[in-house]
Amino acid sequence: MRASIVKVLLWGYAAFSMAPLVVMLLSSFRPTSEIFDQPIGPPSGLGNYVKAWTEASFSTYVVNSAAVVVGAVLLGAVVSLLAAYPLGRREFRGRSMFAAYFISGMTLPAHLGVLPLFYLLESMGLVDSLTGLVLVYAAGSVPFNVFVLTAFFRQLPHELDEAAALDGAGPLATFWHVMLPLVRPALATVVVFQFVPIWNDFFYPLVLMRDETKLTLPVGLTHFFGQFQNDWGTLFAGLVMTTIPLVVLFVLATRQIVAGLTAGMNR
Amino acid sequence: MALGVRRGQGRNRSSYVFLIPAFLLYSAFVVYPLFTGLTYSFFTWKGTLRDSFAGLDNYAGLLSGAFLDQLLPALGHNALLFAGTMLVQNTLGLAFALALSRVRRGKRALQTMFALPYLVNPLVIGYLWTLLLSPAFGPVNALLKPLGLAMPWLGDPGTALPTVVVITTWQWVGFPMLLFSAALGGIPQEYAEAARTDGAGSWQVLRRITLPLLRPAMATVTILSFIGSMGTFALVYALGGSNGAPAGATDVLGLLFYRTAFASGDVNALGTSSALAVFMFTFIFGSTLLLERVLRRKA
Repeated sequence: MRASIVKVLLWGYAAFSMAPLVVMLLSSFRPTSEIFDQPIGPPSGLGNYVKAWTEASFSTYVVNSAAVVVGAVLLGAVVSLLAAYPLGRREFRGRSMFAAYFISGMTLPAHLGVLPLFYLLESMGLVDSLTGLVLVYAAGSVPFNVFVLTAFFRQLPHELDEAAALDGAGPLATFWHVMLPLVRPALATVVVFQFVPIWNDFFYPLVLMRDETKLTLPVGLTHFFGQFQNDWGTLFAGLVMTTIPLVVLFVLATRQIVAGLTAGMNR
Repeated sequence: MALGVRRGQGRNRSSYVFLIPAFLLYSAFVVYPLFTGLTYSFFTWKGTLRDSFAGLDNYAGLLSGAFLDQLLPALGHNALLFAGTMLVQNTLGLAFALALSRVRRGKRALQTMFALPYLVNPLVIGYLWTLLLSPAFGPVNALLKPLGLAMPWLGDPGTALPTVVVITTWQWVGFPMLLFSAALGGIPQEYAEAARTDGAGSWQVLRRITLPLLRPAMATVTILSFIGSMGTFALVYALGGSNGAPAGATDVLGLLFYRTAFASGDVNALGTSSALAVFMFTFIFGSTLLLERVLRRKA
């Protein structure tokens, strides 16, 4: 008896949890006039998506967001990978200092440096530039990446370096031929885990980007909402388009996301 | 042997080469701006030109009448959001984790559905709920109208902030749920069994055994909720714009900082907003340390 009440409550909340997303999805396939007439109803066509993609600049926003995310995640992963290798595997003077320097960034509120960052980028001609955003995000991803990758490098057996050295491999060859193939799972975690916050980030582009043709999705979305205020069908389609890539990523890479979450949790 | 030593040193010096790219990138775009921001707060500014050394004047400015009238309500709203998150979101998360620990069938499906909104961009969530809660055409009021409960949830200063708490809960409840579930999974079954053998009822097992053992997880959830509530920005921006509509009822520190820095028209905007940034950091970081000490104290 009590167990079944608990079950009803749990499934009831699950319905509450899913309902807004279901309404968003359904409404994105309905013309605005129908939505205003009847808030909830069956889907009827793709017109909203065509409109959001062509009339609102969603094509531009999506391409810009994709370019920034890919660029930033790759750059951040590569530089962190290079740094994590000596930090996790070698003895050298200042190692623990460097490790602390990088990893302390996980607790620093990077947003608070946004004004000097703005003027720094301006002096480099990188305000209103996708390259500027890539550099900012890549730099911001360094602490978490270095933290996860250093821990991973440390776990690899020490015989590996010795064997590589006996075979006459220098540090670069050891890194490239021995370490890189082994570190791939951790690299996947880092890449997947950085994707979400960068794709979603609103604050930096809000401050750093003005040019309509260079906007990424989040700021684009704010313009879009002002522009299409009364065209709800198109608005819902835009919301769905912003969300879909993350859902796809989640389905494809649940394992890496969970690994990243736990790595972040135990810090 | 001598060869080995020399070779070893050569290899070690090359370590620095590996560190250079990350070091430059991180120093230039994360560390340098943060510390420069700190120095900005000690000067008066004329637009983007540094004027004169101001000591703590910018900080005093934060406490002057006009600014304080914005700062206190914003800070208060952040605090209310934190309280609401603790009361609603984290309590529900704990309840769900406890309930789910007894569910056999459909546990994974339920967990996934509870956690799914967490994937959605906060800005999308803000706009989605703006539409859902719209007084004229929104489905929520359409459903509530027959019950006589329809109202402008986000349009009334009295209900706006509680509505933000509900929306935040809807998005994040999966997070405390998953953390508590993980912690519950780590408690050996034998503890509860032993207590039952000694005649404890399920309420007593919960109060005397399960909840005390969840203390570390509660500390983690509390601290992360605090940091999240203090830093909220995109969601409230989407719900109420940069002024925290209606009538500033959803204004928070993040919005105030944004307005001060980029939309105040004040000549000394750089000085004031930098001081505000430093104040926010000190306040959040200090409170977090305090919370850590209090919550992680051995009972």
